[in-house]
This record gives sequence, structure tokens and C-alpha cells, in this order.
Amino acid sequence: MKQGIFTIKSNKNLTANVLEMILEGDTSDIKRPGQFVNIKIDGLYLRRPISVCYCSENKLTLIYKTVGKGTEKLSKMREGERLDILTGLGNGFNIAKAGDKPVLIGGGVGVPPMYLLCKKLIEKGALPTVILGFNTADEIFYKEEFEKLGVKTMITTVDGSVGIKGFVTDALKEIDYTYYFCCGPMPMLKAVYNSCDTSGQFSFEERMGCGIGACMGCSCKTITGYKRICTEGPVLEKEEILW
Amino acid sequence: MVNLSVSLSGVKLDNPVIPASGTFGFGYEFMRFYDINILGSIALKGTTEEPRFGNPTPRIAECEAGLINSVGLQNPGVDNVIKIELPKLKKVYKKQVIANVSGFSVDEYARTCEKMDRQEQIGIIEVNVSCPNVHSGGMSFGTDTKFVSEVVKAVKAVTTKPVYIKLSPNVTDITEIAKACEASGADGLSLINTLLGMRINLKTRKPIIANKMGGFSGPAVFPVALRMVYQVYQAVNLPIIGIGGISSAEDVIEMMLAGATAVEIGAANLVEPFACKNIIEQLPETCQKYGIENLSDIIGGAHNG
Repeated sequence: MKQGIFTIKSNKNLTANVLEMILEGDTSDIKRPGQFVNIKIDGLYLRRPISVCYCSENKLTLIYKTVGKGTEKLSKMREGERLDILTGLGNGFNIAKAGDKPVLIGGGVGVPPMYLLCKKLIEKGALPTVILGFNTADEIFYKEEFEKLGVKTMITTVDGSVGIKGFVTDALKEIDYTYYFCCGPMPMLKAVYNSCDTSGQFSFEERMGCGIGACMGCSCKTITGYKRICTEGPVLEKEEILW
Repeated sequence: MVNLSVSLSGVKLDNPVIPASGTFGFGYEFMRFYDINILGSIALKGTTEEPRFGNPTPRIAECEAGLINSVGLQNPGVDNVIKIELPKLKKVYKKQVIANVSGFSVDEYARTCEKMDRQEQIGIIEVNVSCPNVHSGGMSFGTDTKFVSEVVKAVKAVTTKPVYIKLSPNVTDITEIAKACEASGADGLSLINTLLGMRINLKTRKPIIANKMGGFSGPAVFPVALRMVYQVYQAVNLPIIGIGGISSAEDVIEMMLAGATAVEIGAANLVEPFACKNIIEQLPETCQKYGIENLSDIIGGAHNG
């Protein structure tokens, strides 16, 4: 964990209520895809945890949906403004287990962490397939960004307006894979858990107090004992999950 | 050179700053943030006789200038604390710490405190009779003078170290409980625990916290805590650990002027991992600004004259 002051370089809408914020600052403590940062926002007591979409030396990309006070305040911030951010939080995905043909499954705002994960898997020599699930065409974001990485990118929409009609699990039926990584709403995670035969990793969300393992606000029960989503998570392996 | 040291019932602290129970785990994990040996002491995660998972999630709700928590005393149980957590802490932290004990019966309080009392690392035993997040125990002891007295007597009978009782603010008159503690043999008091509160989600029209209510803490409760420390200081002749919304060196001084010998920092650790470190580093300069040479000289200073 590192605390740093980041400067906003851009903050723009990807859809009506999903934004991409690019920041400049010390990203040296972000070690794995699937980790998150915790942002102090003026006027709000608790920090806001947001998963890392992409990071390189000094550059951090976050994608967030405006769902409450915190994200609404974030959405109004402009280039040049500064944010106090704790970086390098959470365990992140373990890519050593991916095999050569992993599938990356992101649903809605579960899509962002898949981007850095995809880049890391490609660097490692794997050939990932990406499945991005949305409700409707106007909710879709980052399709082109994934395609630019040169990976097969499948889109599902619940209303069938783009790509495969239905859920991410409908796309899963059409491909072969060695392993899976997923992040998205709880019903999606459960559906993936029930429909995949291979092993995999799940990124969970929980209302957090501190994000640093101090308050025990985000604890969950697993087969291997009690875990804090912020510290021993947010990524859990299939074999340890208790629904 | 400002002297920051204080003494709690004979236990000497380099400075009065102690992370509060439940906001600092068993301490050692904070070593990845800074050298925790700068802390006056550490109040360990609330410990019960048996391991507890605690309450269902969500356990946290944000408020203006604070938060509500309903963790429900998640802890590995006293035997695991002694076997696993204390040795891990001992490797990195060289000072004595404060055990924080909760229970569901008078006997359970006594048994758990007795085990903690035997640990060399433990300097003080803080008995939590005020957790708002557990049914059939916890706060029900802390809001009834008869029960508090029984717990204090039972714990004192089986321990040798200073016993501090952590008081609930959710009472009509906190000085009545404080006096009962003093009469029953308590060595000191810690106050305040969290205020019982709740939030409702407007979209779902349901309480945000799974357990519906929880304990409210953070800067918003500081004036309430300060007032209660002030009242209790006048009512009893026991050292007080002041707790409640302290977030700065100025807050520490204010709480000590009200009557606290030392302070615990709680919610601030959750939003600012370096909160205790920052406060300790700012204390000398802040003392100088207010003409304080010996910090312990100002304890209860607001009651003079």
C-alpha cells in the first residue's frame, strides 16, 4: 500500500453514466491486475474503492459508474485537480494459473479490471478470449480497446441489440478455454461458477470501511476461513468460495 | 523539547496516542505502513472466549463526518489470539499492549480476562461492556450499573493488571456507570464506545446495515465524547482513556484538557492509514504552539479555576 497525490489528466464519459478517469502519479505499488485503489473525496468521510483498469509508469486509468455521492463527485472533477489515493490494495488476479487459453469475463462495471489482466496475460504469452456482458447497446464500453489488444472480444447484451443475445454464459458455450477470470454483478458470478467446468478466479465487491484490512467491515466466509474482501480478496479462487 | 509521556495506572507510554480497538487489528499488519513502535500502545481487536465471524454484511454505512459499523466482534477467540496473534505482534512491537475483552456472561468476561492477564505483552486489560453490535451481552452490560459492577468485580478477582472499563455513551447518565465501575474496583475507564445509529437506503427503503443498526463513530462524535470525558473526570477519581472522533493533535490536547490521560484513535485510522503516525509527529509542534512542555501537566486542565 502506498499513499500518493494523483493529478487528473482526463475524466470523460464512456456511456451515459460510466466514466474513464486517467490520472498521473506514483503507481509503483500496483503489482497485479485486479487490485484496487481507495480514493479520498472532499466532503465524504470514507474513501471510495475503485478497481484498476490500467496502469503504467505514472499513469493510472480508472473506470467507474456514477451510482452515489462519491462517484457523482468524482464525475464532476476536471483535468488538473488532485486526489489523495491509496494504491496497491487487495490481492489481485493470479495469472500463473491461466493456462494458454484463458477466458476473461466482465459484466458491466466488472469489465475494467479485465483490461489490465488481458494485457498481462498477453505479455505472458497466453491467448485470452474476452467476453463483455452488458444489458443494452448504449451501455457498451471498451470493446475497441480490447480489440486493439488483438484478442477475440465477444459482446453479449440482454436485449440482443449487439452481439450475442443473453448473458456472458451464452457466449461461454461457444468457446474453448483453459481457465477463467471474472468480475461483475453477483448473479453473473454465480452463473459463471455454475456453468464452467474449469477452475477460475472471481473478483468480489463488498461495502468497505477502510479498504486496508483494519476494520473487518468486508469480511466473508470461505472454505479456507474468514477473508477480508479488501485484503485477502477481492479475488477468490473457485475452490474456496462459499456462496 | 516537549515531554509527551504519560502513565496509565503505572504503565508508562512514550506518548498518549493509542489506536482504538477494532480499527487496528492486532497491530502487526500496520507495520507495512509505518513503524508502529512510535505508538504509545495499541488496543487490540476486541476478543471473546470463542471465535466469532460477527455480523452479516453490509457492516458499514457512511455518515456525515463519520461512519456506522456493525462488525459484531469478529475475532479468532482468546486462545488463538494468545497462540497466534500476540506472538506475531511481539516480533514487531516492543511495548506492552492493551487487550480488549468482550463477553456474553460475567463468567465469560472473567475467564477471557484471566487468560489475557497472564500474557507478558499485555499491560492493561480494557473490558468492553459497550459494544452496540452484539445481542445478549455487550452493551446490555454497559448500560446497567448492576451488571457492570458484577463484571468489574469478577474480572478484578482473577486479574493482576490494570483493568479499564470501556463505557457506552448510550446511557442516560454516564457518570452513574463510571461511579459503579470505580466502586467495584476498576483501575480506569475508556470512553466512549460508539453511539448506536442507523442509515436507510432511499432506493431500497431498507437499513443499509444488515444488522439494521450499528455503532456511529468519527469526528462527528468528538464533542459528545469530550463532554462525557469531562463529566466523568469530575465524577470519579480514575484515569481516563479518551476516545471518540479524535483526528488531530489538537483533538488530543482538547481531550486531555477535558480529563483524558491518554487517547485512542479509531475511525481516523480507517480513512487515513497514517493517522496515528501523523498525530504523534504533529504533537510536539502543537504542544509548543499552546505553551505545553509536559503533556501530562494538562490532564483535566479545563477543570481548573
